[in-house]
Amino acid sequence: MVSPSPLPTAHATSADARLALAEQLLTCDAARGCARAVVEWLAAHAPSPAVACLTRDEPGGRMGCLASVGLTEAHHAALTESLDVHAAHPLAEVLSQAVPRYFPHEHAPLPIPGTEGLFAVPLGREGASAVGLLLVWVNGPTLPSEVAWVAAHAGPFLARQVTSGPLGLGGGALFRHIIDAVTDPVLLTDLDGRLRLANARAESLLVASPDASHGRKRAVHLNQRVFTTAVASTARGPVPGVSWREVPLVDPAEGLDLLFELVGTRVYAPDGQEAMVSVLRNVTDLGRATQALGESYRRLRATEREARSERHRLDRVLDSVADPIILSNPTGGAVMMNEPAEKLFTLPSEGGRAAQRRVRSNDAVFSSFLANLLDTGGGPRWRGQLNMVDPTSGATRPMEAVATKVLGDGGELTGIVTLFQDRGEALEKARLLERLKEVSTLLEARVQVATAELAEQNEKLRRQAIQLEQASAAKSQFLANMSHEFRTPLNAILGYTNMLLQGVSGELTPIQRRNLTRIDSNGRHLLEVINEILDITRIEAGRMPLHLSDFGIPELLQEVMAEMDPIILRSKLTVSTHLGTKLPQVHSDRQKVKQVVLNLLSNALKFTHEGSVNVSAEYATASSMLSVAVTDTGIGIDPAYQEKIFEDFQQVDSSPTRAYGGTGLGLSICRRLADMLGGRVTLQSSPGQGSTFTLHFPRRPRRT
Amino acid sequence: MTNPSPNLQPLVLVVDDYDDAREMYAEYLEFSGFRVAQARNGQEALDQAFALAPDIILMDLSLPVIDGWEATRRLKNDDRTRTIPVVALTGHALTGQSDEARGAGCDSFVTKPCLPDELVTEVRTLLAQRAVAVSR
Repeated sequence: MVSPSPLPTAHATSADARLALAEQLLTCDAARGCARAVVEWLAAHAPSPAVACLTRDEPGGRMGCLASVGLTEAHHAALTESLDVHAAHPLAEVLSQAVPRYFPHEHAPLPIPGTEGLFAVPLGREGASAVGLLLVWVNGPTLPSEVAWVAAHAGPFLARQVTSGPLGLGGGALFRHIIDAVTDPVLLTDLDGRLRLANARAESLLVASPDASHGRKRAVHLNQRVFTTAVASTARGPVPGVSWREVPLVDPAEGLDLLFELVGTRVYAPDGQEAMVSVLRNVTDLGRATQALGESYRRLRATEREARSERHRLDRVLDSVADPIILSNPTGGAVMMNEPAEKLFTLPSEGGRAAQRRVRSNDAVFSSFLANLLDTGGGPRWRGQLNMVDPTSGATRPMEAVATKVLGDGGELTGIVTLFQDRGEALEKARLLERLKEVSTLLEARVQVATAELAEQNEKLRRQAIQLEQASAAKSQFLANMSHEFRTPLNAILGYTNMLLQGVSGELTPIQRRNLTRIDSNGRHLLEVINEILDITRIEAGRMPLHLSDFGIPELLQEVMAEMDPIILRSKLTVSTHLGTKLPQVHSDRQKVKQVVLNLLSNALKFTHEGSVNVSAEYATASSMLSVAVTDTGIGIDPAYQEKIFEDFQQVDSSPTRAYGGTGLGLSICRRLADMLGGRVTLQSSPGQGSTFTLHFPRRPRRT
Repeated sequence: MTNPSPNLQPLVLVVDDYDDAREMYAEYLEFSGFRVAQARNGQEALDQAFALAPDIILMDLSLPVIDGWEATRRLKNDDRTRTIPVVALTGHALTGQSDEARGAGCDSFVTKPCLPDELVTEVRTLLAQRAVAVSR
């Protein structure tokens, strides 16, 4: 027994020392060498008088001391023996629990003088069963950090060496090489999925070294959970034997999703316990391929669907074209036709023999048309006029057909598309247009003739109008000139007579005076006639303007009576006036009103020999009309003449033996003047009963 | 007649190409106490008017050489004769002539036949109006 050598306390383990151990461990390919390196390194760097490394020779086998420092042969023997004898030895418990444990000196399985206690630290891979124990004698219940570090790093190395145990040292390495050479992960686990053995590929997926990155550790942890669950559920399966199952894992290095097929086989381990051999086969690519295949298939379906709908749409488009369309194969057989084409080339449902004949005729016509295109082999297009027949009605349908070759990629003929255009309507339209043009031309010619005639008529009318106008103007001018020619000498006659009567040339004898008076009277009558003719002329020539003013009827009548006074005195008639109440002021042509009243009164005096003449004026409020009536007790007028007397130059008696003189213009002038005032002259009379002439006229002219 | 002296009687120029009418009016005007000058056409009328400066002119409108309208227009456009009243005389009684006569500057319009005494009345009326206008 070697007494514990004093540890160089000041010598803290440096990074270099740790690196040196790590390098040493990497070069080890046997458990024993690995154990020795660990033990010696701890004895040198941790303050411990004794260190030992125990492992099982095989899974479930006996524990043996692989290497030690500070332990005597006796210690070795005691340790091995006690472990062998007691199945429930405290160190065995530590091994199964895989948690470091401190044993005080008195309870230590193997006391070493000079130490207070013993630390038992399980060794192995993280997540797998411990394969050995590291025994470190220390002076307190605190686990030295160097021990913890060494246990964490040496554990996986040791575990790899130890688990290759079944075939012995040489065989273990070979076995290791063999299973490591398998590219698929291969594992041995217990039925709960706890790892006992894993090849390199499996380790890369399920084991993380202590210094692995955080991400890798997480990935490994995840994989372990998935794998453990899969194995556990496989193991609980009803049928023992080979089973398959898919396991999704993560590639810890790349982070890629991988899919494995787990083939599990239950085996019996040498210790008699059931274990599970799992072989994982990477089917990720297969899965991807399947997926890709599915995608391709889906696309294919979609494309097919699209093509079908495209075809459907094309059909509808073709059917919607009013003109027939036929697609033929290179030999001229119909491949496809739209609805309008079907109407021509297929037998209608109620088609009799006649319809059948017509369809055949259409086919024949079309075939011979296509033959041109097929035979010539020249141009890509052929145009022709085809006389089709409507199968149902038998009506001729002249068509223009345009056939176009459809060429394949290699220039070979793959089909022929023929488009028909019904010319029937166009021809009918053209015919109608022609007719329309003819009729239009005819109509135009007629219109021209009619227009020419009309123009001629218009010209004639225009000339007549001009002639009439000229005649009228000539008449007016003649009358005006005549009037002037009459007036000039009359002026002298009346003037000299007047002067003689005034005694300019000395005193006159009574006889001279009487004769001069007669000359004067006759001259005045002549003047009156001339004035009347002139008035008519003025009115007809439109040269008699209205001169409107405000005046009163009573004053006007007074004036009239005054002017007529000499004649009234001579007539020996009773002449009276009667004015109605409320006679308003009048806005009219005073001169014209006066002229009419004068005329009517003078007429009355002329045709009344005895009795009376009455002049009365009234106003009708409702109609705003004034009326001036001249009533006499004269000879009266026969109804037959009552209208006629108002016409120009008309008198009741115009015979050469007539009893009354006058031009016959007086009443005509009265009526025209009344017209101008917006009124009229009325007559009530019967022969021998006297007459009443009335002038009606509005208080104000209606037209401004 | 405000002034009894013959030289101070108003001078009337009677213009008419129809001798009987002109001489008749002249005779009656003289009988009525006026001094009278006569002219047979428009040119004479203008010459007489400028030479004599009559108090009033009786102007027939249808005149040879220069018609009554034109003669009146010239008289009314001349400072020497502008204020002399002109009475238009015409046998043409169609409407329009009177308006034309007024347009030419005539102060009054008398349609033939016009009895000598009526004409004298018209002359006196115009002279009185002129006297009133001048006295203002």
